[in-house]
Amino acid sequence: MSADLTTSLGSLQLSAPTLTASGCAAAGKELAQFGDVSTLGAVVTKSIMMEPRSGRPTPRMAETPSGMLNSIGLQGPGIESFLENDLAWLRANNVTTIVSIAGNNVDEFGELARILAKVEGVDGLEVNISCPNVESRGQVFACNPHSAAQVIETVRSVWHSDAPVLAKLSPDVTDIVEIAQSVVEAGVDGVSMINTLLGMVIDVDQMKPMLGGRTGGLSGPAIRPVAVRAIYQVHAALPHLPILGMGGIRTGHDALEFIAAGASAVSIGTVVFGDPGAPWRIANELGQELESRGYNSLREVIGLAHQN
Amino acid sequence: MTAKQMKCTIRSIAPVGNYLHLVLDAPEVTEVQPGHFAAVAVGGVGGGMLLRRAFSIHKSIPGDSIEIIFAPHGQGTQWLATQGAGDVIDVIAPLGKPFVLPRQPIPCVIVAGGYGAAPMEILARELRIRGCRVDVVLGAATQEKLFGVLDLKGVADSVIVTTDDGTSGVRGRVTDVLGELIQKNNSQAVYACGPMPMLQAVAKVSQDNGAFSQCAVEESMACGIGVCMTCVLPVIGDDGVTRMSRSCVDGPVFRGDRVRWDDVNTVPSDAFGAPRPGGH
Repeated sequence: MSADLTTSLGSLQLSAPTLTASGCAAAGKELAQFGDVSTLGAVVTKSIMMEPRSGRPTPRMAETPSGMLNSIGLQGPGIESFLENDLAWLRANNVTTIVSIAGNNVDEFGELARILAKVEGVDGLEVNISCPNVESRGQVFACNPHSAAQVIETVRSVWHSDAPVLAKLSPDVTDIVEIAQSVVEAGVDGVSMINTLLGMVIDVDQMKPMLGGRTGGLSGPAIRPVAVRAIYQVHAALPHLPILGMGGIRTGHDALEFIAAGASAVSIGTVVFGDPGAPWRIANELGQELESRGYNSLREVIGLAHQN
Repeated sequence: MTAKQMKCTIRSIAPVGNYLHLVLDAPEVTEVQPGHFAAVAVGGVGGGMLLRRAFSIHKSIPGDSIEIIFAPHGQGTQWLATQGAGDVIDVIAPLGKPFVLPRQPIPCVIVAGGYGAAPMEILARELRIRGCRVDVVLGAATQEKLFGVLDLKGVADSVIVTTDDGTSGVRGRVTDVLGELIQKNNSQAVYACGPMPMLQAVAKVSQDNGAFSQCAVEESMACGIGVCMTCVLPVIGDDGVTRMSRSCVDGPVFRGDRVRWDDVNTVPSDAFGAPRPGGH
């Protein structure tokens, strides 16, 4: 008998445990040639902003051991084009959609949420308060419990929908539990963790940082233990808080670690760049990992590592 | 055809000058056009290299095989060089927008630097099928870094070789001979593949001599399928607006007069969505 892989994030029921990670699958369309996107738990879109945004200069990428640095800088078409093209495609293809939003300031987050609250086809909101590729580190709202809470309160105040609001957290903080607690008090339905870690690679032939943006976000299996630790800590402190886990998941075995640490579902990110079929493959592998250990469902394993 | 992710068995891998010629079983690839590329996973399952390496497709037999040419100069390509016949690698192909072929039998020039010549034999054949005159300029730093000279001589009306050190053909750069060639044959279209500085020079010489150019660019990619946004460069669209375009899905072939070559590796201030004074 195959294990039940259905799960949920707050009020959002997911038919499959793997989602795409924001920034790693655009808005889903490009992955459609490698699998049926509607069978994924959800597509979490690349973070959308109010205005079109060119992103940062190249080079934007550097491969690192079991990972990569990126400094894309939130390149995107802006909310208007997103609704007209990307969200329309997702709706037409019956894709469960979590829209990731990013703002330059608190008001922009609110404005984006206000717009998205009025349209059909948004099954959840992921509030990206932790993108490291912005000019000012002061804009990384998730590095400060007060600014993190301020963004969430503003979004919450205009979000009159049952669809869950998730806050995406940065691991580049002294105490991620403190940040999680502050966004919970501000009204989130769950948290997504972790975003990338800030890193740098230096080109020693040119004697300068390799990335056009100088610093970039480190992702991939290299950061997986950091993600598992962060999820474990937050689940220990806030056991009822739904967690969408991500950070270097490459196999079903990796995904099972995240579930055992306390995640209810997982997003597949950087590994998609090398293996676009990964979100489907990992869901299958996760099922096998559960069955081989005698579990009947994913739900019974959420946070199980805390019992031992 | 849409791109397929496949496990491909290596049929053969053999040195050609300074490069390696890889022939892969690819029964699922039913159509390849000149300029299409393949993205190859390197390092094996569970290895430390996550990102695919992109190579233009050298040749293909529909429903049977694809061939690529590569230079083992980085960690990933060095790993690929250690693979042998019978080994299985993960490949996505065909990818990208290929060269646009002319409807009329116009005189064309093909220009390539080093193993940028890899996709040019099948391009030359397609052009000849359309009745086009095809003249070829192949350049490299030195003789061992030339690729495809004999094969292209078998297809093209003429082949001029240039090397920086004069070890083969004319000493100098491809652009030293390109202008005269365009004038002599009244060439209307120039097709180019090679390093970015060469492409920039080819685009300029083509334009100065009244020919259209199409350039297959080399930008480092993480995914090759359009999701990562790392391989962008500033390209002017039909509407006159410059966008940071993805070389994997909007290219790799771009019109030479549409790429803002001087602004590659920057975001021009008039690009769509560029930072405004005071930040984004």
